[in-house]
Amino acid sequence: MSTTQTNNSRRNFLKLAALGSGGLFLGFNWIGSAEAAPALLNGASAAAGTIDFNSYLSIATDGLITIYSPNPEIGQNIKTSFPMIVAEELDADWTKIKIVQAVLDNQKYERQVTGGSGAVPHSWKRLRQAGATARQLLKEAAAAKWKVPVSELTTNNAVVTHTASGRKATYGELAADASKLPVPTDVKLKDRKDFKLIGKAIKNVDNKDILTGKPLFGLDFYREGMLFAMIQRPKAFGMKLKSVDAAAAKAMLGIVDVVTFKNNVAVVGKSTWQVKKAKDALKIEYEKDKDLESSSDHDKIFQDLLNSDKATVRRKDGDVDTAFKNAAKVIKSEYQCPFLPHNPLEPMNFFAHVREDGVELVGPTQTPDRARGEAAKLLGIPQEKITVQMTRMGGAFGRRLMADYAVEAVEVSRLAKAPVKVIWTREDDMTGGNYRPAVRYRFEAALDGQGNMIGYKLRGVGMNSGNPTREHNFPSGAVDNLLIDSVEHESPISTAPWRAPITNFLAFAEQSFLDEVAQAAGKDPVQFRLALLDKAKKAPVGDIKYDIDRMKGVIELVAEKAGWGKKKDIHQGFSVYFSHASYVAQVGEVVMQKGKPVLKKIFVAGDCGIVVNLSGARQQMMGGIVDGLGHAMYGNLTFKNGTPEQNNFNSYHLIRLNEVPEIEVHFVDNGIDPTGLGEPALPPTGGAVANAIFKASGKRLRNQPFTEQEPFKGIS
Amino acid sequence: MAQYKLQINGRSYQADVEPDTPLLWVLRDHLGLVGTKYGCGIAQCGACTVHINGEATRSCVYPVSAVANSKVTTIEGLSEKGNHPVQLAWEEIDVAQCGYCQAGQVMTAAALLKKKPKPTAAEIDATMSNNLCRCGTYHRIREAVKLAATKLS
Repeated sequence: MSTTQTNNSRRNFLKLAALGSGGLFLGFNWIGSAEAAPALLNGASAAAGTIDFNSYLSIATDGLITIYSPNPEIGQNIKTSFPMIVAEELDADWTKIKIVQAVLDNQKYERQVTGGSGAVPHSWKRLRQAGATARQLLKEAAAAKWKVPVSELTTNNAVVTHTASGRKATYGELAADASKLPVPTDVKLKDRKDFKLIGKAIKNVDNKDILTGKPLFGLDFYREGMLFAMIQRPKAFGMKLKSVDAAAAKAMLGIVDVVTFKNNVAVVGKSTWQVKKAKDALKIEYEKDKDLESSSDHDKIFQDLLNSDKATVRRKDGDVDTAFKNAAKVIKSEYQCPFLPHNPLEPMNFFAHVREDGVELVGPTQTPDRARGEAAKLLGIPQEKITVQMTRMGGAFGRRLMADYAVEAVEVSRLAKAPVKVIWTREDDMTGGNYRPAVRYRFEAALDGQGNMIGYKLRGVGMNSGNPTREHNFPSGAVDNLLIDSVEHESPISTAPWRAPITNFLAFAEQSFLDEVAQAAGKDPVQFRLALLDKAKKAPVGDIKYDIDRMKGVIELVAEKAGWGKKKDIHQGFSVYFSHASYVAQVGEVVMQKGKPVLKKIFVAGDCGIVVNLSGARQQMMGGIVDGLGHAMYGNLTFKNGTPEQNNFNSYHLIRLNEVPEIEVHFVDNGIDPTGLGEPALPPTGGAVANAIFKASGKRLRNQPFTEQEPFKGIS
Repeated sequence: MAQYKLQINGRSYQADVEPDTPLLWVLRDHLGLVGTKYGCGIAQCGACTVHINGEATRSCVYPVSAVANSKVTTIEGLSEKGNHPVQLAWEEIDVAQCGYCQAGQVMTAAALLKKKPKPTAAEIDATMSNNLCRCGTYHRIREAVKLAATKLS
């Protein structure tokens, strides 16, 4: 590892301010004018947010270090890992840092988003530089004070030391002097071998509050005088509101108002239970607005789309027609998945207070900026009039990338002229739309006489799926003749990103199909993939947008750790996938018990670059696998005439503790800057499991959920 | 509406609510004890687990009128300083991801260990499978219950 040197020039200069308390306040402007020079600011203007700031920290003269975490916490542990990165370069004492969740502030921060496994990759260098620049200034302040060269100073646990003279000063003692110094134009980042925090297992900074029941989540937000609201939305996708009889509901105890907007009827009252009961007492008539689709309709629509001549070509290499004409063997398979709700355990909720002079929003959101933007549009007011405070989220899985539930709260608060918290019941949450789209794939592979894959075709068809393929992913680049296209059906059933959008099912389908192809070619599944990657390296076909060596790295590591192909009586299945910017390979292990396959273990090897927090990263891998496994096995949302047939956890099976196999986690250690881990462990799981089940039982699982297919049918 | 006197976490509380109001919403909306969570409302997920006379109970389906003189313990009152062996074990194993279900998990585990200080692996699995964790922290939950058991002995 070489020393990383970054320049604080152009895009990423630093601004510095003396706080009112005489402390040090650092901020970054990453997107500001390239010509602007580092400036000395006063604390008041910085605090007021009049300057383009980004990630920042402050050091008070009493030594208290505060690190602001700007991104929403969803359970990915960003509120721990972001400050770890700053504290690492600052050489702060981790046990004495105050961590604060920042509110939405476009002037101070950018990308206050949780999604796309992108937070750490985006902010890695910015956060390091924030810490390193502060440390440099503190050292310079000590050097000036003691009249010694900066190079003779060391830092540790928020103390600067001059070893030769034995002098020491705390960061707090140096903060005021440091704040008066010009900002260094370049700072030296730590060598990786000197990391004290990064790569260690650091515990969630909110553990204590979580375990003692402190108000952290959106649903925990209460305000004096606040009203509660629940909303009755159309009970079927494709229905619209015809008439409302709210008399009975309005007459109920604690009910303040019943308001109607778009196709929604909101009951507003003094407590959650009262509004729930009144909502159930609403008499609403709906009428048909669009097709009322059933799951059986979707099956027919999929077949039509698979045979459609109106597909959008996503990628085309070589000449597939000739390749398939000349093939010694052709393999063709179809894979299908259902719609899925996100089901974060904390249902949707949001607080809104629409006042004459502005709007206050508080709640769980992955995209506070979108909530504000849509609220401003709805109300026709400038965004500056709206504040957004992000609460900790009780899960999200992509659902809270949408702003619908925040905007609804704004609507209700406006109509009821009161501060209102809108609460979704579990049933509202599960039947309220914005699902993972149902998708079907048809794969075709052409093999030559030696079992080489000379042609590959994929058609993806989906319900409001956008492009359900990832046309530049493996095996694209490794096959001479390739055609990937897609067709979409516009359904009244709304869809949204769902953890590892599209790849959450595509990876299963593709990795299962490649297993089928390897089997047909008489090749070992791992060797088959490695040979394709070698081909992509030696003779790449078209654009290759994945890193061949990193993909090989995880394949080889997991094969080694799992003892691939070396175990007796244990049936192994293999899967590897590149998603977002990281690589994950898995081996599933299945044994046959009483004629049925039983999943015993999953080995996983991930390459997400440098692991920031080993505890969080390990759990992201395990949790991602549990998520992928659970939904592949059981997840199923079906429709009858536009109405979801499952609406709570008694009819919708979420994976439970006794249904998880052992999981063994490994990371590739290659020193690459972090590439994200919130999603990449999920996509490969279904394939590793299904391929192992095929090995064990001879039954190929092509549709999800697995429990609806042989050999699981009838097993609960 | 009716007045209910409730014994919660060793203190006396009063709530003026409708008799069918689930204890969960009395705790959250009326008494400011928000550590007990709403997840499903039909006793399927366990996020709302509290102790009623020491028994793990789903407060989302437990009407306030049924509480009477029972002693209720919520996550806020499990220990005075957040140092119940189960809480300590949860922290040591670093169980929580989003954390939303964890109060219910901790209450479920604490009730189990009170009854069975040395539960078998199968007993841990059977009891803890009643609580959902959407983030999938199940491996750590299992490990933390085992660790808590050693702290109790």
